[in-house]
Amino acid sequence: MEFRDYYATLGVARTAAPDEIKRAYRKLARKYHPDVSKEPDAEARFKEVAEANAVLSDPEKRAAYDDVGQRYGRRDEFQPPPDWNGGGFEFSGRDAGPGADMEFSDFFESLFGQRMRGGAAHGMGRATGRDHHARVVIELQDAYRGARKTLALRMPVVDAQGRVTLHERQLDVQIPAGVREGQHLRLAGQGSAGEGDTPAGDLYLEIAFQPHPHFRVDGRDVYMELPVAPWEAAIGAGVVAATPDGSVQLTIPAGSSPGRKLRLKGKGLPGDPPGDLYALVVITAPPADSPAAAEAYAALARAFPSFNPRRELGS
Amino acid sequence: MADTQRTAIEAVVIERDLRFTFVDLCRVCAAEPSFIAALVEEGLLRPSGSGPDDWQFEGAALARARTARRLARDLQLGVDAVALVFELLDEIETLKTRLRRAGLL
Repeated sequence: MEFRDYYATLGVARTAAPDEIKRAYRKLARKYHPDVSKEPDAEARFKEVAEANAVLSDPEKRAAYDDVGQRYGRRDEFQPPPDWNGGGFEFSGRDAGPGADMEFSDFFESLFGQRMRGGAAHGMGRATGRDHHARVVIELQDAYRGARKTLALRMPVVDAQGRVTLHERQLDVQIPAGVREGQHLRLAGQGSAGEGDTPAGDLYLEIAFQPHPHFRVDGRDVYMELPVAPWEAAIGAGVVAATPDGSVQLTIPAGSSPGRKLRLKGKGLPGDPPGDLYALVVITAPPADSPAAAEAYAALARAFPSFNPRRELGS
Repeated sequence: MADTQRTAIEAVVIERDLRFTFVDLCRVCAAEPSFIAALVEEGLLRPSGSGPDDWQFEGAALARARTARRLARDLQLGVDAVALVFELLDEIETLKTRLRRAGLL
């Protein structure tokens, strides 16, 4: 296991005063907090920062960490000393601090044990089963029609000795039709088991959509580009377009210019009310790759002698 | 239990299908009642009802309250500062939506 240099993570000296550690933590937390950060690896970085802070901001843990570092070295091949077991330290503060619902590193847990994660609000008394939160990525089509998905979830389970291990389990979930990106599903009773006869916690799933090459989702509305031939845009046409919910027949009105939005009412994500599907007209011209095709373009040029596509540029 | 015989678990869409009482919301957010009450006081959550005993929160309050709790705890912010962060995040989201609609993002 790798020795974690918490001082380096926070960018402070080993002799740093508590105030300096607090300042360093706050600065990095503002930079990497997943709820506000634009950094690509924000979540992983924040986890490291929260873990370093959990140790260095707590005088007892910091003393124990410094002691281990001095006695056993800050090597990459760190093994917790066999007689460690808290090293004779007893840690009093077990409240949920920053990053409390995250998993810290094996290094942290070898020194300080598994932490109380998440948990019920203070003063609730009974140890009811804990709620779990995860994220699930679905296809846009699943949101249209509903879908049965098999999820593999890793869930921490506490055994009789109070040790925590990660159990992987598979879960078949019926995704309801009409669910939107950023919404959450609740699966009652699928969190951790409660103690004794107290109820199990629930499982919460945040919905994300797999990006689609042709469809873009905005709330309950869906956008797509609809390529049309120049003559279809000019004189109108009936065309068939593939939508997330199958093919639809739609009419291109005569005189459609590029960027025109055709609204297919009620063809967005289902719901009450359902969203709309917008098809943006994109004009696609065929290549002049044969004498006949070239002649057709030449005939078009002769038919529009005064057409100046650059008129608005003033040329 | 054989894989083929598993029945799929029914899920409810929180934002669409659920509402929470004050006690429920505190429990699912693992938050102190005083913290949730402060979010209401600050206007970050807008339950219907006249007081804590009959407050009804919309489903969307859950994600909002959980984010508020993370921000308050991890960035050591007061509820008023959390409210400011939310206003700015909402504004960023609005601007991003406008950029996406204009095809610039």
